[in-house]
Amino acid sequence: MLANRRRIINTPTLEIRDLSFSYPDGNEALRDISCRIEYGESIGIIGGNGAGKSTLLQHLNGCLMPSKGNVLFDGRPVARETLAEIRRSVGMVFQDPDDQLFMPTVFDDVAFGLLHLEVSSENIAERVRTALERVSMSHLSDRPPYKLSGGEKRAVAIATVLALSPDILVLDEPTSNLDPRGRRRLIKLLRGFDQTRIIATHDLELVVEVCPRVIVLDGGRIVAEGAVTDLLNNEDLMFSHGLERPHILRHRHPH
Amino acid sequence: MKTMRYLEVGQMDDLGRLDTPLHRLDARIKMVTVAVFIIAVMSFPRYEVSGLMPLFVFPFALIGVGKIPLGCIYKKVLPALPFALFVGLFNPLIDRDPMLTLGPLALSGGWLSFASILLRFTLTVSAALTLVACTGIHRLCAGLEQLGVPSLFAVQILFLYRYLFVIGDESIRMFRSVQIRSTGSKKLSLRVYCALIGHLLIRSIDRAQRIYRAMVSRGFDGQIRLLHRTQPGWRDAIFLLGWIAFFISVRHRNPARIVGCWLTGEGL
Amino acid sequence: MHMADALISPAVGGMMWVAATGLIAWCSKKVRAACDDRLIPLMGVLGAFVFAAQMINFAIPATGSSGHIGGGLLLTALLGPHAAFLVIASVLTVQAFFFADGGLLALGCNIVNLGFFPAFVAYPLLYLPITKSAKNGARLWIASVAAAVVGLQMGSFAVVLQTLASGVSDLPFGSFALLMQPIHFAIGVVEGLATAAVVAFMVRARPEALVTDSLRKPLRPVLTGLLLASVLIGSVGSWFTSSQLDGLEWAIQKTSGNEEMETPETGTHCRLEKVQEKTAFLPDYGFKDADSEEANAWPAVEIGTSVSGLVGGLSTLAIAALIGFSLKARRRNE
Repeated sequence: MLANRRRIINTPTLEIRDLSFSYPDGNEALRDISCRIEYGESIGIIGGNGAGKSTLLQHLNGCLMPSKGNVLFDGRPVARETLAEIRRSVGMVFQDPDDQLFMPTVFDDVAFGLLHLEVSSENIAERVRTALERVSMSHLSDRPPYKLSGGEKRAVAIATVLALSPDILVLDEPTSNLDPRGRRRLIKLLRGFDQTRIIATHDLELVVEVCPRVIVLDGGRIVAEGAVTDLLNNEDLMFSHGLERPHILRHRHPH
Repeated sequence: MKTMRYLEVGQMDDLGRLDTPLHRLDARIKMVTVAVFIIAVMSFPRYEVSGLMPLFVFPFALIGVGKIPLGCIYKKVLPALPFALFVGLFNPLIDRDPMLTLGPLALSGGWLSFASILLRFTLTVSAALTLVACTGIHRLCAGLEQLGVPSLFAVQILFLYRYLFVIGDESIRMFRSVQIRSTGSKKLSLRVYCALIGHLLIRSIDRAQRIYRAMVSRGFDGQIRLLHRTQPGWRDAIFLLGWIAFFISVRHRNPARIVGCWLTGEGL
Repeated sequence: MHMADALISPAVGGMMWVAATGLIAWCSKKVRAACDDRLIPLMGVLGAFVFAAQMINFAIPATGSSGHIGGGLLLTALLGPHAAFLVIASVLTVQAFFFADGGLLALGCNIVNLGFFPAFVAYPLLYLPITKSAKNGARLWIASVAAAVVGLQMGSFAVVLQTLASGVSDLPFGSFALLMQPIHFAIGVVEGLATAAVVAFMVRARPEALVTDSLRKPLRPVLTGLLLASVLIGSVGSWFTSSQLDGLEWAIQKTSGNEEMETPETGTHCRLEKVQEKTAFLPDYGFKDADSEEANAWPAVEIGTSVSGLVGGLSTLAIAALIGFSLKARRRNE
């Protein structure tokens, strides 16, 4: 409740301004990216392999710093001084949950971030429980992460981030390595969130179901931006950037 | 390739997550008790055989209370044996003074000390394995940290343990893909081996970087805080003091000989 | 080369534990002081890597046998000595916990033997000076083989010393050293070659992975001097003993000599025992009885009592097993 009120008064937006980034080896991964994401929005970042999706996401919480341009969180740029606070508000779910679940038990993993916030131990237990309930994984609390199934790992990885009550959820390829049932559950979960969601993926059917707005990346540039059905129905656009028109849309708009 | 040794680790870890009175004891108490046990075993004179027998009560009792399958422990004792066996086998060769006669059979001191080495080995190894099986690695590491081991090292063990399964899986997949393409030979040439190990190493380093990012994204500041959930209570005190009293009394008086004398009708 | 609990005395094991925990504490401080947070996941994952790498074998050319990498030297080349030592120690700890490789009491010995020598002796004194800045070519191969061989030689020599100082095994110093050193020479050569090959691969594929400058500062001169001295003593000692021995034959001959030495020695014996823990070179012969007063009474054991000892031993073993099983059965019934 309190969090909701805060959001109404002060809706955090995310703005990317003229962002360019080159890796130390000279490989230019992002060029002049600009976009604005409003609070509560669910936006899909799509593009083929190597389009720069993951690199862009790394900038959203300061894991990478731009070579040129800015990422503004609620008007303030991501920089050394604001990093700790921004990382608290931007929850990052990585592509491989094995990278994200590094503690000995699910409980420890969800508590990891909280322990760095100096929350009291009763509060930690409570928040871990709520976060796990949110993704329906409370029963796994004492299990070691390596014993979980792919879908369970993904859900727990999301819980580790939810426990920190972020304003923005950033997900990198959330449906990779999931079976259809796991995927279905995940989509339902993602649709249920009211935080800002930024989802980088090439699972276009997921995008159709979860994201009203889409950004298409290719070669480190934004090549298109707009409503999901407009862009994804544009067969030429999809094809020329290594994507294809999703089946789900074909059925909705039969020729 | 040693057949997926790390899978056994997972089995031990399952046992470590059982819930028995033994598992509920404080990890530190169990570690200290096992340490005292090992020292007690090692402190026996080198020709001692019968005196070591009563000490088997300790691992057997733990295995019993902790619901640990006996096979799971003893299956691991054997593969660890070779070095002790190798060194111990020289004792009968070198030390040939007859020391014990059983009717026509004369046993040399070497055989006695060899038997003693094997007994010590079985005792200490089974106690150590039982400790892990009835505590679990996460509680052991938290306990180590509470005992004053640098938290960096406790965390190092936890991380190693966690990624054992991930990197182990990766190595098996890579090894298989190499084997499928090689012509039947089971062993890799040094060239292929180095490429394989090198790639595995690069993948590991990349993974470490991704983990670091995931940690940083959740507020990691260089310090990993482990949760300590247990506080020792009176049960722990009884466990510790009871066993230490038992070890001391067994070390001091040999119950085996008392029983033996009673059975064979001899005076002490 | 894992030392086993069964072969060492509490005194030797305890001393090595103190040494190992001291080194762990010191290295942890050093790694913390380097203030490179990336090291924490990197060390953990590399520990798992070494574990996995040890499961994969390669064919040793022209021998028909196979080998695998131990990883101590490779880790040091990647992480620098302090972090590498911690990783090696953690690998050994997990092996002791889960596979009973070695044992808990011998863990200190193993950490010192397999961690200290490659990371703090072979690496700074051989690997670094020989490779200099060169990251490839002959220098790398020579440095790697030299460092691996010397590290393993010292490690295996330490195993010999620890075994003898413990007095559990009857193996005479010379023949044990003769058994251990050549085997570990061969293992060292293989380890060195494999390490060099992997490092060369990394130089080509991922040069930046090998740079950990913050932790590569050379050791202080005093420490280096101390280490050098220990190396010298070790190598001269092993050369001296092995030059005057003639293998197992000698060992067996010596055994027959043992009988004469045994009886008159009670006086010196006790004194020797005290020295034994401090100077590991003395016990060139097996001690008959180890520590306590009970043990000193040993030669007086009559046949009758020892038979009863055996019977009693077996029956207490049975009782112990019975207690275990009944506890288990009771729990199952609950």
